[in-house]
Amino acid sequence: MAEKLLNWDEVLIGGVIKDPGNSREYETGSWRVERPVWNPDTCIQCMFCWVYCPDSAITVDENGKMTGIDYTYCKGCGICVEQCPTKPKSLKMILEAEAKGKTEEELRKEVFSSEK
Amino acid sequence: MGKKVALTGNEAAAHAIRQINPDVIAAFPITPSTPIPQAVAQFIADGEMDTELVTVESEHSAMSACIGAAAAGGRVMTATSANGYALMWEMLYIASGMRLPIVMAVVARALSSPLNIHGDHSDIMGGRDTGWIQLISENSQEAYDNLIQAVKIAENKDVMTPALVAQDGFNTSHTIEIWELEDDQKVKEFIGEYEPLYPMLNTDEPVTHGAWAPPNWYFEHKMNQLRGLLNAKDVVEKVGKEFGDAFGRYYGLYEAYKLDDAEYVIVAAGSVCGTTKDVVDGLRENGVKAGLLKVRLFRPFPYKELAETLQSAKAIAVLDRVSPAGAQGGPLFTEIRSALYDTPSRAPVINYTYGLGGRDTQPRHISSVFETLKRIVETGKVEKQFDCLNLRGEWR
Repeated sequence: MAEKLLNWDEVLIGGVIKDPGNSREYETGSWRVERPVWNPDTCIQCMFCWVYCPDSAITVDENGKMTGIDYTYCKGCGICVEQCPTKPKSLKMILEAEAKGKTEEELRKEVFSSEK
Repeated sequence: MGKKVALTGNEAAAHAIRQINPDVIAAFPITPSTPIPQAVAQFIADGEMDTELVTVESEHSAMSACIGAAAAGGRVMTATSANGYALMWEMLYIASGMRLPIVMAVVARALSSPLNIHGDHSDIMGGRDTGWIQLISENSQEAYDNLIQAVKIAENKDVMTPALVAQDGFNTSHTIEIWELEDDQKVKEFIGEYEPLYPMLNTDEPVTHGAWAPPNWYFEHKMNQLRGLLNAKDVVEKVGKEFGDAFGRYYGLYEAYKLDDAEYVIVAAGSVCGTTKDVVDGLRENGVKAGLLKVRLFRPFPYKELAETLQSAKAIAVLDRVSPAGAQGGPLFTEIRSALYDTPSRAPVINYTYGLGGRDTQPRHISSVFETLKRIVETGKVEKQFDCLNLRGEWR
């Protein structure tokens, strides 16, 4: 957690938040049990995942193209996978435990190797 | 020196609200407090106030609108009773948790069922843990004075906590008494301008109100809130003195009526204190050392100060205008008895429920309480720790 935990006599009165946009400090990626893995080879850049992601965790480049998933904030809800219209799907959920110690490239190969 | 007027307790509250002239009032009518917003609406129609009166479809909405207006940065008031107060329940906690100094006139009334529109303390006592400051008035004068003081107490920077000012339904709300109405300008000067801490309408410094607090934050916020409520005790005393300096009527945390050497003491709050004072006067004339401790500030509960005043008592009766509802006694009783546990006094403390649903409590009923206290001291025996006043049939 990046947030600094304050004592009872340090918190702002009434739970008021003075610095708007501070939800960025709340790294909701720590909640994740499952994670989506993205396959750029079959992705058609429809941006449905970007539209539906409740945490703005789909990353986009300056040309408006999807570039992957921000795992700092992705809660692993699976809505992007549900919405992905390609057949086979370009986003798939795997258990976080299975992702441990593997690079994104390795995971992609593992998850999508049977699909060409 | 104010102008002497003959008006009801509701009119007293309405005049206080007129002079306070808050930015917003959101209210819904309910007996016996209806005449308050009704009179306020008339004052606004007559151009005597420029308050924005929001007419809503329920008390839940009334308190919700008050919270929104207070978070926006306004000085906000409302009025309610009984089931209306109960319907506000979840919003009462939100108002206090958000530290919004809303001031509410509550005309205390019985809660259904059975349906009853008359006075008792079921509503305010049920809401005693909602985090609001609670001031209880004996008569119209106090209903008026307390509302004016409540604004200053609630808005104090160390407090910033909503406050309710209660008076007894019908006993004072619909009874014409003579009381002093102070000068509009003097009241305005006394309460001063309200400066909100973090108004939402200040777009130069945007803030979020009502955010969520997960388990690693909620506890700290609730204890920070408690500190604000507890700070109200000293502020109530300070404002009570300032009010006395300005208008000649001084207020403290409680009123000690002939208590200095009192051996037989009644502890009570609200309009029954007037009746009790009469009975105490009669007993004193006959050499009986009777006294009354009138609780004015019920939340935060000034337990140390109240216990201190009871040290001369040989026997104490606490009168609660609410059913104990399964507790050892009524709320005033359990708190008074608990407060005494840390003091040298081991005087017996008994409890009565009285006046439910507007049941009359007359001098003879109060006299019977003093007689019981006398018997307890003489025999050293408490026959009944809990009993009822003016109930048909013996409670057992």
